[in-house]
Amino acid sequence: MAEQTKLWGVLAEFDNPLKLMKASEAVRDAGYTKWDTYTPYPVHGLEKAMGLKDSWLPFITLGAGITGTAVAILMQWWMNAVDYPINISGKPMWSLPANIPVAFELTVLFAALSTFGGMMFLNDLPKFYHPTFRSKAFKRVTTDRFFLAIEAADPRFDQARTEELLRSMHCTDVQSLED
Amino acid sequence: MAVMSAEPGRQSLDNTHDDPRERAPLVIGHDLASLTDKICAIVERPGFTTWWKICFGISAGVTGILGAMVLYLITTGVGVWGVNAPAGWGFAIINFVFWVGIGHAGTLISAILFLFRQKWRTGINRFAEAMTIFAVICAGLFPGIHIGRVWLAYWLFPIPNQMEMWPNFRSPLLWDVFAVSTYFTVSLVFWYMGMIPDLATVRDRATTKLRQWIYGALALGWRGSTRAWVHYERAYLLLAALATPLVLSVHSVVSFDFAVSIVPGWHTTIFPPYFVAGAIFSGFAMVVTLAVPVRAIFNLEDVITIRHLENMNKILLATGSMVGYAYSVEFFIAWYSGNFYESFAFTNRAFGPYWWAYFAMFTCNAFVPHVFWMKSWRTSPVRMWIISIFVNIGMWFERFVIVITSLSRDYLASSWGHYTPTWVDWMTFVGSFGLFMTLFLLFLRFIPAVAIAEVKSVMPEGDPHHYEHAHGHEGGA
Repeated sequence: MAEQTKLWGVLAEFDNPLKLMKASEAVRDAGYTKWDTYTPYPVHGLEKAMGLKDSWLPFITLGAGITGTAVAILMQWWMNAVDYPINISGKPMWSLPANIPVAFELTVLFAALSTFGGMMFLNDLPKFYHPTFRSKAFKRVTTDRFFLAIEAADPRFDQARTEELLRSMHCTDVQSLED
Repeated sequence: MAVMSAEPGRQSLDNTHDDPRERAPLVIGHDLASLTDKICAIVERPGFTTWWKICFGISAGVTGILGAMVLYLITTGVGVWGVNAPAGWGFAIINFVFWVGIGHAGTLISAILFLFRQKWRTGINRFAEAMTIFAVICAGLFPGIHIGRVWLAYWLFPIPNQMEMWPNFRSPLLWDVFAVSTYFTVSLVFWYMGMIPDLATVRDRATTKLRQWIYGALALGWRGSTRAWVHYERAYLLLAALATPLVLSVHSVVSFDFAVSIVPGWHTTIFPPYFVAGAIFSGFAMVVTLAVPVRAIFNLEDVITIRHLENMNKILLATGSMVGYAYSVEFFIAWYSGNFYESFAFTNRAFGPYWWAYFAMFTCNAFVPHVFWMKSWRTSPVRMWIISIFVNIGMWFERFVIVITSLSRDYLASSWGHYTPTWVDWMTFVGSFGLFMTLFLLFLRFIPAVAIAEVKSVMPEGDPHHYEHAHGHEGGA
């Protein structure tokens, strides 16, 4: 089988989060846009060093939560007051206080499931193939190594100059990755 | 001050000092790699250890008893239990409330302590959350089989059915269906999401194709990208913020099953906070019961430190005091209300035919935990384990006292009765522990028992600033 040899990008390895942070600032300031860093745990401050925007996930959660409340209230009203009204101990067919617990639970349920689903969607997961997985060294990204990858698709990408920039930031190794 | 032990190069495992000038270490003597090795080794070692096989054999056998009892119940009818008029709720409801309560500590540790930025939670949250999920599974079993005709269990849910009827949403029992199933789902999602980075760690370290495939599939392709961490951390915060009111609501709704009725001893406004405090109390006791042997067997004393255990014992002391206060104040209110039936219900609890259950409850929950005022008891694994067993027993008796004493003697003396559990009741209850332990042992064997990525983020080595001082010349040049 003929292997495709299209360049995906370059991957630099760092042995501590501070070096990665400094490198990220340099890459950000150099104007790169299609790049990412990879760490074993969330390194706080790195998102600022990369110039990332805040997540808009909370809006998904809010929307789903409101939907959950509305679904719960409408469901209870329709089922117990419209479709099959039944008199229980002379209580009103439709009275909000008795419907609050279920409304609360469905609010939380919808919001939580959408938060998880939204996180997966925004992160483009599940995704079982990624060029970084071709690198043997990258296996330590979930243990104790820190990586920075710049994609060849970035308009400022130039293999020699990009690698030079990464090397100047004290990385332990730079390798190019195929798509 | 971090005390250095006589052994050179190795820090002392005692991190319970209260010196405000020095931050107590959360993890003792590890760097990022050695921590990963230590936790993953539990999952990665080939074969099964002898103790694991023995424990698993016993647990699976006990689960078999549970299966046999459930089968016997379903094929014969609820008459095999001790429930009858006037006590229509017996062990099934007691065990349900007991197990749901145990689950609460896991969510408290994972969500509420997260919101309060209690970094020590990272050492214990993974298995506390696992405990939550398994406890809720055990809890969910009991109402399921208590309904009698289990094949009609779908009537509990608003599913269109052949009778064209809907559930009655004014019933607290239906609120309970929603509360417990939401709680289970949200806990599972929270647990799984927290696990994704660690599953990726096991995937990346895998030496066999099978392990790489299984953990690879479970890790969903996670690769620790910072762009992903931004959304991930926000999702974690949102789930914690959602799980916090949820966990408080679950036991409140469970207490509504009692409080919304008009039975003396149940119809009280103190029930929701009293139930929630009791749930957290019993849950933390179960976390201690599990954590003490787990950290000894896997030598996790450097990750689940004495300070972690001490903190949990402080929470036990606080919630135990709340529970003791609730016991006392409900007794006082029963008298102060001037309601004859209410005062009788409480006198009957303490001095009636079930006085021994009340005595067990009060002693185990309201008196025994006060030994934790002494540091020597808070920091001794053996002692705290014994106390946690007392609390587990006491909290089960609390539910027994609430359910049984009120039902067996309510308003009319002519319809009083005496509830006695049958052997089937007892064996089903014992069997539920088998199910719980079986699931827990499988968890310990196949899933990283400590949230590795989360612990790393609170280690000094995890903070970029750590390298500014230590290796300033290489990092900053």
